[in-house]
Amino acid sequence: MHIIVCVKQIPDPEIPSAKFKIDPATKKVVPPAGVPPVISVFDERAVEAACQLKDKNGAKITVISMGQGKVADVVKHALSMGADDGITLQDSAFDNLDSYGTAHVLSKAIQKIGEYDLVLCGRQAADWDSGQVGSILAEMLGIPVVTIARNIQAADGGLRVERVLKDGYEVVQAPMPCLVTVSNEVGLPRLPTGMGIITATRKKIPAWTAQDIEIDPAQVAPEGAHTEIVKLSVPIRDVQCEIVTGKDAGEAAVELAVRLRAANII
Amino acid sequence: MDTHKGILLCGEIEKGRLAPITVELLGIGRVLADKTGQELSILLMGSDVGGLSEEALAYGADKVYVAENPLLEHYHSDACTMVAADLCRKALPSILLLGNTDIGRDLAPRLAGRLQAGLATDAVELDIDPDTGLLVVTRPVFGGNALASVMVRNVRPQIATVRPKTVKPAEKDTSRQGQVIRMVAEVASSTLKVQVVERVEEKVEGVRLEDAEVVVSGGRGIGSSQNYEMIWELARLLEGAVGATRPACEEGWIPMLHQVGQTGKIVSPKLYIAVALSGAMQHIAGCSGSKCIVAINQDPEANIFKVAHYGVVGDFKEILPAFMGKLKELLAK
Repeated sequence: MHIIVCVKQIPDPEIPSAKFKIDPATKKVVPPAGVPPVISVFDERAVEAACQLKDKNGAKITVISMGQGKVADVVKHALSMGADDGITLQDSAFDNLDSYGTAHVLSKAIQKIGEYDLVLCGRQAADWDSGQVGSILAEMLGIPVVTIARNIQAADGGLRVERVLKDGYEVVQAPMPCLVTVSNEVGLPRLPTGMGIITATRKKIPAWTAQDIEIDPAQVAPEGAHTEIVKLSVPIRDVQCEIVTGKDAGEAAVELAVRLRAANII
Repeated sequence: MDTHKGILLCGEIEKGRLAPITVELLGIGRVLADKTGQELSILLMGSDVGGLSEEALAYGADKVYVAENPLLEHYHSDACTMVAADLCRKALPSILLLGNTDIGRDLAPRLAGRLQAGLATDAVELDIDPDTGLLVVTRPVFGGNALASVMVRNVRPQIATVRPKTVKPAEKDTSRQGQVIRMVAEVASSTLKVQVVERVEEKVEGVRLEDAEVVVSGGRGIGSSQNYEMIWELARLLEGAVGATRPACEEGWIPMLHQVGQTGKIVSPKLYIAVALSGAMQHIAGCSGSKCIVAINQDPEANIFKVAHYGVVGDFKEILPAFMGKLKELLAK
């Protein structure tokens, strides 16, 4: 089985919100100084799901990531978890693409890779949280898509996938090739092994440009984008927290109950 | 692009009725339709849904498209994408709205791909840009740290999914009239590539999070499933539901169905008690609609105190027993 996993590099979402800054003029997020970007959490789960399939059934895992700067780092992270090959997609034409543009670039890269059985994506990127790229990509590739998976097993020549629903889950049988978007329920991502890190460091990660995957920069130019961010702002929170105190924790707790009662909340 | 007119909603049916999100879509859809002087239509897909047309009209639709087929009894991604895309190609709506629900999250991006359209997901605010007459969708990004306003350019329809409980539901007026159009919803089972094997409903212990007036949630700081018992006890005392952060679920202290947050449940109770959770933005996104948030945390710098109305700094293992003791006394009065 050949699995292609699409991963994205994002600003670390675990930083305290006080460190979060935006530039309203350019409508961009200012990356926090000194905090290295990370692999998007759901994409890391997609790598984990791919590794689980590889453990059970044997598979070759190729990781691709479109991005700027140190994007190869997230590919290396996936390699150290157990992926076999990695490719980055880097070109100034790929900067600031919307979901549709991103899916277009990924589809061209996947077509260049050629044969595959399964494409995995995170259910959404943990920065812009759109949750679009996987499904649009599947439509572009003309393959079936199963979204928000919590478990993926090879079965009957295809895949048996459990989809997360509000009040439970749904089990579906999908043929291959197909695309599955992965949710966090698939399990915690494995830690890279020492051997994995060494292999990942030695691995050559080719960087493909627009030309390499036959994309005419005009096709993905901002003027033709399907969506545009017209405003980016930080919401104002006007909540003032009333800290309830006492001579010890027990007394503070009692006072809290009294105040909630007085405010008619309980 | 002037060929595209009107607002189309993708309706959802729950237990034989229009789902609450659909009544909300009809509410915001009507507002946008009146602002732009356009027609409001709704698509109802199912095995036997024609009877709901009257209700949809009463809630403000001008036109109801009914697509009935036994294969549509439950949501099926391939089938519904086919039917909805087919209607969009024929009816050419300018705006298409769906719920940001199990269904909408799956269907909307597929439609955006298939129709080569533009999509903004998880809208918490929708408006019309006065200059262009185009839809402006505001959505939380970066775990709710920022709000982005998005417009669809160059393509149609302008698609958005709307977060439940963020827009005003429509009001019913049974005197309203409108048109009901029965579609030929041809879905050959051979064209469905993905087969649904089974749907499993998982019963949540205690009160359902979505319906609860009080929610008590624990985070990583709870430390063990044994300690989590205290969260259950407090929830029972207040007749509330039990929530959790993603880390608490992943530690296995509580089933995933209890997860509150961007990728879990979004709740808006009267009272939300956050115990030993730091307040990661993705969690806050799921509870910020609560009327009153109470935070109990050892770390006075924890982010949760920035969104809470009341806070106690300290160890929950000392605070909760005393808090519950006093509560019992107060509630008995």
